[in-house]
Amino acid sequence: MRAEARVVAEADGRGGTRLTTVHGEPPLLPRRTGHRAGAAEVHLVGGAAGPLGGDTLSLHLEVGPGAHLVVRTVAASLAQPSNPPAPSVLTVTATVHGRLVYLPEPTVAVDGCDHHTMSIVDLGDGAELLWREELVTGRHGEPPGDLCTTTTIRGAARTILRHDLAIGPRTPTWNSPAVLHDARAAGTLVIVGPQAPARTVLMSPTAALMPLGNHPNAAMISATAPDAPSLRKALDGAIGYHTGT
Amino acid sequence: MSLSTLLVLADGRLPAGAHAHSGGVEAAVAAGRVHDLATLASFLRGRTATAGLLSATFAAATCAAWCELGGAAPGAGRRARGPDPGESPDAKPNADNGGPHPSSAPDARVSALDEGVDVRTASPALRVASRAQGRALLRAVTRIWPGTATPAVAAPHHPVAVGIAAAAAGLGAREAALVAVYGGLTGAASAAVRLLGLDPFGVHALVADLAPECDRIAVVAAARADDPVDDLPAGSAILLDVDAEQHATWEVRLFAS
Repeated sequence: MRAEARVVAEADGRGGTRLTTVHGEPPLLPRRTGHRAGAAEVHLVGGAAGPLGGDTLSLHLEVGPGAHLVVRTVAASLAQPSNPPAPSVLTVTATVHGRLVYLPEPTVAVDGCDHHTMSIVDLGDGAELLWREELVTGRHGEPPGDLCTTTTIRGAARTILRHDLAIGPRTPTWNSPAVLHDARAAGTLVIVGPQAPARTVLMSPTAALMPLGNHPNAAMISATAPDAPSLRKALDGAIGYHTGT
Repeated sequence: MSLSTLLVLADGRLPAGAHAHSGGVEAAVAAGRVHDLATLASFLRGRTATAGLLSATFAAATCAAWCELGGAAPGAGRRARGPDPGESPDAKPNADNGGPHPSSAPDARVSALDEGVDVRTASPALRVASRAQGRALLRAVTRIWPGTATPAVAAPHHPVAVGIAAAAAGLGAREAALVAVYGGLTGAASAAVRLLGLDPFGVHALVADLAPECDRIAVVAAARADDPVDDLPAGSAILLDVDAEQHATWEVRLFAS
């Protein structure tokens, strides 16, 4: 399946945010779900199971100056294999001049899957970002399929973060004591903006909020956890503590 | 390319301060994740596939850029050449070592690669440790190979310093990558022997097992030496980052990182 979705948010001139484009194709269906405190919120409603092997999905997000867009998904994504096997790719691109809060539910690497999520975020001067990525190493009791995430976050003049994570049989070192060890879930939350802390905060023995090196107001929490709920707790702790979101 | 020169640069006894760093082993031991040969083997494999590959790639790319200055031109041997002062009015003596200090396309590429390591290293403690090792290596190299062209950044990340060292020594991108990935591996392995009292023969057998993987990574790294910085590998080891931040808060520790 090949699908594209596009959401464009602009300031409405009265302190709020107007969605000028909300376009999607199954299984990427964005739905307006609310306006509050100047922000417009969109949920991606899964119009089909997946991503499945062979899927090529693209999501484009644009946030204009002064606009505030919140993007969520209604449920976890289950990356699943196809027969015959084929890779699936989800490309998320975002151009942000206002504030983007991207908080999708986790991606579960179902046994046998071959999925790649590629995220590229371009931030204008003064743009703010919350960007969450979570992965789960298979459904209950199963080994993970191949799942990799590659993330690039660029500021106006220079790159702020490059971060890749891979699990599954093609990356047999994923459960090394240096990488995820025995964790069943892992994730990151990137914070760009004045609320990003300038000093490390140790959240748990396997989670830390760390200021990034190439931008004065950027930080990332990296965490591993025994399961998805405890991972969420670690990452949400960071959001609550530092942004009040 | 001189095999002996490669050995000089890859030797753990090179006085560049490598012995002060455990490559994350000290923190992983304290966390209870590394406690015997089997868990060390898994740690070393995971570290090599992530931090090792990253370090190899940036060493290779730096070496390839720096070789354009003439550092590893045929016949340059042990002495790197800076840009011709007649052609580059910007070239001026470097305050650190009196050597040539190029201001050129290779220098811009090396600065971009140095930033590339920054944006791939989430842990502030690991960034500090990498720059400390880079500075120490650069200091050693400019004494060992006088005339080494030094980059604009005074304390580059360690993989960048390895690339510059390799170019100064007349080596190529693949050898630079090998020095980087192999050095990270042996540093972590020997730290484990000191921390856990493991059988040194058993630990070195693990190192020997990973030697072909180091060779493979060096070839991959050299093949990508001219890629745009954002396209280079960024495989992260989440627990290495988190552990390094825990480790940095300890009052007493055997290793700096």
